[in-house]
Amino acid sequence: MSDLILTAERQLLAPGGLASADLERVFARLMGPAIDAADLYFQHSRSESWVLEDGIVKDGSHAIEQGVGVRALAGEKAGFAYSDEIVLPALLEAAGAARAIAHAGASGVGRPLAIAKAHALYPPIDPIDTLGNEAKLAVLREVDAYCRAADPRVRQVIVSLAATVDTVLIAHSDGTLAADVRPLVRLNVQVIAEANGRRESGSAGGGGRYGFDELLAGGRARAFAQEAVRSALVNLDAVPAPAGTMTVVLGPGWPGVLLHEAIGHGFEGDFHRKGTSAFAGMLGEKIAADGVTVVDDGAMAGRRGSLSIDDEGTPTQRTVLVENGVMKGVMQDKLNARLMGQRATGNGRRESFAHLPMPRMTNTYMLPGAHAPDEIIASVDKGLYAVNFGGGQVDITNGKFTFSASEAYLIENGRVTRPVKGATLIGSGAEVLKRVSMIGNDLKLDEGVGVCGKDGQSVPVGVGQPTLRIDAMTVGGTA
Amino acid sequence: MNSIVANKDTSLADLDRLAQIAQDVVAQARRQGASAADAAASIDLGLAVGVRLGEVETVERTRDRAVSVTVYFGQRKGSATTADLDPRSIAQTVEHACAIARYTEPDPASGLADPALLAKTFPDLDLWHPWDITPEEAIALGVEIEAAGRAVDARIDNSDGAAVQVGASLTAYANSDGFVGTERGTHHSLSVALIAEDDAGMQRDYWYDSVRRPSDFASAESIGRKAAQRTLARLGARRLSTRQCPVLFAPEVARSLIGHFLSAVSGGALYRRASFLVDHVGQRVFPSWLQIVERPHIPRGHGSTAFDNDGVATRDSDLVRDGVLARYILGSYSARKLGLQSTGNAGGVQNILVEPGADDFAALLRRMGSGLLVTELMGQGVSLITGDYSRGASGFWVEHGEIVHPVEEITIAGNLRDMYANLVAVGSDVDPRSHILTGSLLLERMTIAGE
Repeated sequence: MSDLILTAERQLLAPGGLASADLERVFARLMGPAIDAADLYFQHSRSESWVLEDGIVKDGSHAIEQGVGVRALAGEKAGFAYSDEIVLPALLEAAGAARAIAHAGASGVGRPLAIAKAHALYPPIDPIDTLGNEAKLAVLREVDAYCRAADPRVRQVIVSLAATVDTVLIAHSDGTLAADVRPLVRLNVQVIAEANGRRESGSAGGGGRYGFDELLAGGRARAFAQEAVRSALVNLDAVPAPAGTMTVVLGPGWPGVLLHEAIGHGFEGDFHRKGTSAFAGMLGEKIAADGVTVVDDGAMAGRRGSLSIDDEGTPTQRTVLVENGVMKGVMQDKLNARLMGQRATGNGRRESFAHLPMPRMTNTYMLPGAHAPDEIIASVDKGLYAVNFGGGQVDITNGKFTFSASEAYLIENGRVTRPVKGATLIGSGAEVLKRVSMIGNDLKLDEGVGVCGKDGQSVPVGVGQPTLRIDAMTVGGTA
Repeated sequence: MNSIVANKDTSLADLDRLAQIAQDVVAQARRQGASAADAAASIDLGLAVGVRLGEVETVERTRDRAVSVTVYFGQRKGSATTADLDPRSIAQTVEHACAIARYTEPDPASGLADPALLAKTFPDLDLWHPWDITPEEAIALGVEIEAAGRAVDARIDNSDGAAVQVGASLTAYANSDGFVGTERGTHHSLSVALIAEDDAGMQRDYWYDSVRRPSDFASAESIGRKAAQRTLARLGARRLSTRQCPVLFAPEVARSLIGHFLSAVSGGALYRRASFLVDHVGQRVFPSWLQIVERPHIPRGHGSTAFDNDGVATRDSDLVRDGVLARYILGSYSARKLGLQSTGNAGGVQNILVEPGADDFAALLRRMGSGLLVTELMGQGVSLITGDYSRGASGFWVEHGEIVHPVEEITIAGNLRDMYANLVAVGSDVDPRSHILTGSLLLERMTIAGE
């Protein structure tokens, strides 16, 4: 950790002539009358991406962003300002603007900064440099060639390869001094297939917090290509999806978007403090069927949704949200934890230095049950088997949520039959997990593609689940 | 914020500086061997105040800067951006873009806009209306909006808060064919989200206004009351049984239907053949009475601009004439990919007007008779490649032209091709808060999935 602090200070503070002692001066300015807490979030972010389309690597881009966010908290109030110049005058000015939130009261005092403990879940590397440019381009071309050779119906292939590294330094008035270097890589494949005048697309991809070596190990690029082609071709044969309430079987992995929408957002601490979540005040109550256990775990090695420390310097952890059907915990940042008399759970996240942190998910998944996936499908007379999804959305106040299938099949007499067109599924968070009647033994986490949006801020997240049988869910088809 | 809008408006000098930066970046790229280059430089300034239950919750000051450059070495392209306007960082950014262009492959469609199409005149579109409001005044305004909503009914027992947002953007674009364009615009908004509760549970809804000029705002009182009325109206919402019926999209959701159409006739989707409307120019997409036009120069329009992201002059034109698709929506790149000419839409459309019909909202309800009024949509279930449409919805069940009860937890589904072709009417109730200006849209029939 102290090595990380030195790395972060060298990259973030030194260029503007700042030393860690200057941070105390900024806190002295920040911790004025009636300020309960304050923090500084320094960030330097570098990213690169390459895109292949029409068989040529046609575009590449490089971006650098840096700055410092300064926050002052007084009760439930937050004053916030940021600067893209990391120099003392700009910091002091931002501190003055942020603390204007509180006008009068006793003077708060910051604790001396001490380096916080944290686990190391990923290497502190700049992944952009873990592979030469020629080799990156070769990956794109190989994926393109594979897709085009896989089937003559493939008409268009778009492949992108992206890497980013965030270096952050966090100083909080509670004494936390923490730093992190966060690599993130991603490969994406989109295929458009055409046959008999009909066109469909399929996509696949993944990544995580590691270098390109790990992303490309074990033939993963080819597996993504194969998957994108396969799903495009399946959809070429899809018939209209049914409409109405029926039994739905969700495949393992990315369909865990269900959990993210149905309960995840409703378990974020800010909505509980404000009483705006449909789950507010239900801690300890039975909200899901027996056997349903859901966790949010930011402390998994290398995963897209993982963080060694959250954006307030709190080490991430495994938080049990639902245990055997009973609501057990909520996800907290420091502000909401303090106001609710709870502990921060390492879920304080922000899109960048230019955004305020708030409680957010990391990797949210359901633990496996006892049933073999085949057994679950065989148990359904008539229903929908949905294996892949686009995105979802939730109204946390009434608990209604949707998520949209991108690959689904009919189940008839215990067997998976015809593919059906994508349809949106809709349900109520308070009801849907009570209708889980079978949980598979095949827990799978997603490949590393999730982006979660809340209040206009996007952060990378992960989801996962085993195969699930839900006895009644509304399927929004046309047939 | 205060220094730029309240005390002294330095925006013209700032624009000159941004234009100078953009031109310098282009010149540096040329010196590094690029055969062509373009650059954009921008500053966004803002103040955002959040108020909840009568107390200030957040005060945020924002200031975002960016410089982006695209270099061409023949047909090879590279791009880079930085948020740091320091000359050393800008020089490195140009180097990064050039380094990338050494690896990309020649793309026959790449390059700057056709010089003949570049904007030569820069009409004043009346987009610059700085809002001279202090954080204290903004807090007071937010409190007033929220209080007006909470006062409507005792069942409004919680709030997601009110927000007052002040924004100003300055941008400059330059390219190596000598084009330099600058634009400055302000955009401000007021919003509030309220929560009501009855025995069946909680419901939330919101209302907002969005303007270029603060004096155009609806009153704080009316925004608060409207949010409260919308929230209360949702109490007691029920599901519907699965059925087919007419659907009326209220204006605030109708524009998303027009948005899907715009995406489907945009160059990127077309050259990838990823749209259900490929090869549809000259073909009937909507009923013959429907007209859609683009009007880029509306004073204070949300999407108004004199030139697009390639520097191409924007101009008034038809998009749909008598129900027939008159043209695509193209920037220079997608135009070349399709063997066509840019329509001045690099970066997207400007102001899109769906010609309003004679019926107001109440008349449209009567015209629908019995059916579903949609006031909110959820989720992403729209496939532009097939036109398949399936989204979560909430709204109201209507019988004999009268609202009967609120509806939730249902989906509406169909295919955009049929939905557009069988459009029944456009309302006169145009929602002015967006660059897509449309009234309510009445659709002949969709599939409702529910109980």
